[in-house]
Amino acid sequence: MEQAQETLLREFEEKIECGFAIEPKDKMPAGYRKHLVRQMSQHAHSEVIGMQPEGNWVTRAPSLRAKQILLAKIQDEGGHGLYLYSAAETLGVSRDELIEQLHTGKAKYSNIFNYPALSWADIGAIGWLVDGAAIVNQVSLQRTSYGPYSRAMVRICKEESFHQRQGYEIMAKMMAGTADQKAMAQDAMNRWWWPSLMMFGPHDSDSPHTGDAFRWKIKRHSNDELRQKFIDKTVQQAEVIGLTIPDKDLKWNEEKKCYDHGEINWEEFYRVIGGDGPCNKQRMEHHIRVHNEGAWVREAAEAYSAKQQYSKNA
Amino acid sequence: MTADNQLDVWEVFMQSKPGANYIHAGSIHASDKQMALQNARDTYSRRGEGTSIWVVPSSAIVASNPEDNGMFFDPANDKIYRHPTFYVMPEGAKAI
Amino acid sequence: MTQQQALYKYSLRLGDNALILSARLSEWCSNAPFLEEDLALTNMALDLIGRAQAMLKYAGEVDGNGKTEDDLAYRRSEREYYNNLIMELPNGDFAYTMVRQLFVSTFELFFFEELQKSTDATLAAIGAKTLKEVKYHHLHAKDWVIRLGDGTAESNRRVQQAVNQLWMYTGELFEMDGTDALLMKDGIAVNAEHLKMGWIQMVTQILALANIELPADGYMQTGSRMGIHTEHLGHILSEMQYLQRAYPDATW
Repeated sequence: MEQAQETLLREFEEKIECGFAIEPKDKMPAGYRKHLVRQMSQHAHSEVIGMQPEGNWVTRAPSLRAKQILLAKIQDEGGHGLYLYSAAETLGVSRDELIEQLHTGKAKYSNIFNYPALSWADIGAIGWLVDGAAIVNQVSLQRTSYGPYSRAMVRICKEESFHQRQGYEIMAKMMAGTADQKAMAQDAMNRWWWPSLMMFGPHDSDSPHTGDAFRWKIKRHSNDELRQKFIDKTVQQAEVIGLTIPDKDLKWNEEKKCYDHGEINWEEFYRVIGGDGPCNKQRMEHHIRVHNEGAWVREAAEAYSAKQQYSKNA
Repeated sequence: MTADNQLDVWEVFMQSKPGANYIHAGSIHASDKQMALQNARDTYSRRGEGTSIWVVPSSAIVASNPEDNGMFFDPANDKIYRHPTFYVMPEGAKAI
Repeated sequence: MTQQQALYKYSLRLGDNALILSARLSEWCSNAPFLEEDLALTNMALDLIGRAQAMLKYAGEVDGNGKTEDDLAYRRSEREYYNNLIMELPNGDFAYTMVRQLFVSTFELFFFEELQKSTDATLAAIGAKTLKEVKYHHLHAKDWVIRLGDGTAESNRRVQQAVNQLWMYTGELFEMDGTDALLMKDGIAVNAEHLKMGWIQMVTQILALANIELPADGYMQTGSRMGIHTEHLGHILSEMQYLQRAYPDATW
């Protein structure tokens, strides 16, 4: 028995090594399945919870164009959550179960959405920095080894391409605007920069789960690699529109050809993950409330469908 | 408390333009056919991706087993006479 | 009233209807009963913002004082808004929102069918584009009202309650005043009164399929043609206009 398991694992890893995609009905080690369900559902929950901070500004968007863009963007996040739930469902867990895991705290979502969106500039910062950081990660995940996950990521990346640009456009407009607008933009930058860097997770040296995820090609680049990539491309964008990055230790390292940066406040990172962020409770209460309020609608839809089936068969 | 549900899973196939193949776009949840079609439309054709949609209950899809790949697909690999390049054409023959 | 003034007011009214209903529908974003419906409601809200943009832009052009669609949306007060009251009522539950969608989209089905034949080329063009969108809104609302009406006892009760509550706001859809009369002479405006029979018939049919009773004839609330609204509109506007009003010199 044990030998059969070992053979299975060896065959599986050979397949991964050769760059083959894994499909739902393929044999896969329990650990691979578990890791994927965890990662895909966390990713899906992040998209869905991420609708809330931006949703906070839908009714206050300052122009018809701004409101259209914001709505379309939040709708995309919902769609992306949907694609990712579907990808997770191919491994035999239902959306029901995934949502329940979120509500019981068993499943996590990205920490970044536990921060509040306080001014219109935050909508710019979320698009530019948060989506910018997410895209770096997502582009890398397009080549992940699990087929349904990879296909979802390809579609997501294609759709996300406008998200970062719309955020940057908001910031650029505000930095070219009145003194009040500039102050709002810089304030948003100051509040969102560090949490955005935290989105890539702990340093490689402190990151659990990484070993298997790399060997199985679920993850293709390390946390620190991706974070560096994000910093290097964002610093120039900030400079162009006159925003200051709130890190006095940030400077170009000519030798390494990348930016050195100050240390991230890991205490804050773990505190917010642990539940004590500014919005953790609010986000979860919102999701649970909406889920419960919608229960009668879903029940009614099922009941109607059952009646139709019955009358057809009668 | 009643068991909660998120409705049934459906597979969505989109045709990008008239005459093209229907290609799997992804899945959606819905409780009936009309809802499935509308949810597919609202989810997968937001950027003008399609001119026609098929929806199929996921439970109706039958998939081949990877263990059967050998007997299912390998026997076709040596039937090279099914491909036009197998045949030797006389020099100078045109439009064949 | 000159024809220009009438056309300005008429386009404003059509723009305001779309703008205020879009404001309500977009409040569903991240609040829908399940993810797919969240996307569907947002799609409808986006159709409506697009329509509001086109109508208000045209109103600004007709007015001729250089006002943009944003000026008109973000710098007018409650008394200068002309949307039907039904658009501004708070969303209530999902049944309430779907019944409103049914009432409004059924009206708009008939209305834009006519407006696309307007002698005013811009209104006709917007009408033709809008008709396609409205057909889908109608289909979506109709299916949901039937599903919920014929679903569980609870969903039936909620739909019936929504129908009873919204009924008194449907009369206004068919109201006409001097603006309409003036524009109808030249074939610009739609004769809304003429649409009433068709609307009643269609709504009655759908509600019957949903096992819902039609309310008895009663008082129909009115006021929006004169810019007299419910208390709710002021709150929509104060949120919507907050940034534009607080920072009048800023562009966004």
